[in-house]
Amino acid sequence: MNKILVIGATSALAEATARLWAAEGHRLHLIGRDTGRLAAIAADLKVRGAEAVTVERSDLLDHAGHAAAIDRAIASLDGLDIALIAHGSLGDQKACEADVGLALRELDTNAISVVSLLTLLGDRCAARQHGTIAVIGSVAGDRGRKSNYVYGAAKGLVGLFAEGMQHRFADSPVRLVLIKPGPTDTPMTAHLKTAGARLADPAKVAAAIHRAIGRGTPVAYVPGIWRPIMWLIRNLPRPLFNRLDI
Amino acid sequence: MEIHGWGRYPRLDASLAFPLSAGQCAPLLGEPLIARGLGRGYGDCALAPRVLDTRRLDHLLDFDPVSGVLTCAGGATLADIVQVFVPRGWFLPVTPGTRFVTVGGAVASDVHGKNHHVEGSFCEHVIGLDLLLGNGERVQASASERPDLFRATCGGMGLTGVILAARLRLKPIRSAAVVETTIKTPDLDATLAAFAEQAGSTYSVAWIDCLARGRQLGRSVLMLGEHADDGPLALSGGHPVAIPVDAPAGLLNRVTMAAFNALYYARARTGTRRVGLESFFYPLDALADWNRLYGRAGFLQYQFVVPEAAGLRVILERIAASGRGSFLAVLKAFGKGNDNLLSFPHAGYTLALDFKAEPAAFELLDSLDRLVLDHGGRLYLAKDARMSAATFRAGYPRWQEFEAVRERHHAVGRFASALSRRLELQ
Repeated sequence: MNKILVIGATSALAEATARLWAAEGHRLHLIGRDTGRLAAIAADLKVRGAEAVTVERSDLLDHAGHAAAIDRAIASLDGLDIALIAHGSLGDQKACEADVGLALRELDTNAISVVSLLTLLGDRCAARQHGTIAVIGSVAGDRGRKSNYVYGAAKGLVGLFAEGMQHRFADSPVRLVLIKPGPTDTPMTAHLKTAGARLADPAKVAAAIHRAIGRGTPVAYVPGIWRPIMWLIRNLPRPLFNRLDI
Repeated sequence: MEIHGWGRYPRLDASLAFPLSAGQCAPLLGEPLIARGLGRGYGDCALAPRVLDTRRLDHLLDFDPVSGVLTCAGGATLADIVQVFVPRGWFLPVTPGTRFVTVGGAVASDVHGKNHHVEGSFCEHVIGLDLLLGNGERVQASASERPDLFRATCGGMGLTGVILAARLRLKPIRSAAVVETTIKTPDLDATLAAFAEQAGSTYSVAWIDCLARGRQLGRSVLMLGEHADDGPLALSGGHPVAIPVDAPAGLLNRVTMAAFNALYYARARTGTRRVGLESFFYPLDALADWNRLYGRAGFLQYQFVVPEAAGLRVILERIAASGRGSFLAVLKAFGKGNDNLLSFPHAGYTLALDFKAEPAAFELLDSLDRLVLDHGGRLYLAKDARMSAATFRAGYPRWQEFEAVRERHHAVGRFASALSRRLELQ
């Protein structure tokens, strides 16, 4: 039985991954913003087999509350084996270009708050010499593109920060797993779906996340097809890249 | 975006809302809408310009391991319930031929399964419902609380409100295996005699060769099943094989169908063996998107029930003579019906088959409608994409009571689908 903290537990990928953990009988602590949904998710995870599920409502943009929330989670779980940081928002790129305040808020949601949580969790795990920290990045963080570079920049920052922590923990039992999902069929991407984009099934993406965290994979593209695709995108010469409408 | 039912006919441009909690549903009320789950209704029952998609409302909310009573949200899927509960020794009390439907959809269609003659339809195992009414109120309905609303909602095609949650009684099992017995029957009389003889079997269904004519009319492969008495309870798992593209228009034609049917009949293995629960109950789930086999135009699924064998024979003769049968026609002897206003099953025989959506098929089905009504039968709303309002009213004589309940509970003007419009419900 593992003791698992899920931050941003109402996100579709976090919830789908938590269902897999629940089925294995682990103990879960959920942090999210929407109490109604947290209660339904907690009840669901219990029915699916979780040993125990506790929840805490928290606004993750309130960085000052992070340390206490993490310590309450560790107390509630009576330890910590796995932490998954999954909150985020896919902001409107065009709106961000016109409103710097909005762009900074997006960076805060998707990057700064994550840096705060990673730092605190890294500290707790380093002290115990134990734990796997997983964070949801994105393929969007691999190269800035005109369609979503505010989101991409935030996810890129998370990726680089995670890479640095992996380096720091290279000689310790602490693991850091960076998950890079491609576009997935979640509420966050509902507008892409109506535009006809092909989106991955969240249950399948969750299965890949679950596997990557179990193995401690440093960088997991989910589904795996995004690894070669993003290699290509990253290495595309600029004159060619500039012609792409992506 | 363009949406369609499992038959891929008709298609309609709709705006979809994905509420993430029960609380997010009420604010969506306004212009008429219909709730939609996994889109496995064949025709137009879950099509409307405004759709409330329940797929994110899929939580299992409570389970009592003593009584086997499960409370779940309306968007919870039967697939999930099977996956979570079979390993613990519980199964659905009634299951349709696919597990990719939501509990809300199963209630709205009051679905039936291979055990109808013994255990009735899905809603007979539903203890209570939480409904969002058209006026934004969230209420409970059961046989004792708002019984009129409960009887209208069970089988009511989502036209009374949004099914937010359901409490249903699961069935204890001791094994994930089913002991399946297969019997081949050479003609219709033998098929019906076999159903009568096997009325004690918990599960029974027949695949019927609807292209066989003359002396072979009604020849069938009858499949009977009982849950095995001993374990294991583990599911076999396995991923479905996908049909990746629409089949070319001519793939399923008279020749290939007749060949398929003859081959299926010839190769069916008679006798008794143990099979996995998934392969017994959900053989077609192993073939993801099998609805694409009929090509882009889609297909019409036609399912009727008639009380007497004589009616069944007349209709089968008409179908066989038309040469437009399908490669998966399913025959079942129903037990008695229930008291729900629009539930489909009643005592007699039900036959389900599909037809490619093309003009000749519509003509044939119009003529079958008259035969079905003449013989005291009706069509299944969850499959239908084309019957007239007059056919509906003749087959469902309690439709006015249904409308009165909708009126009383604020559903009129709030919940409507392409089906309800076509059937001229308010």
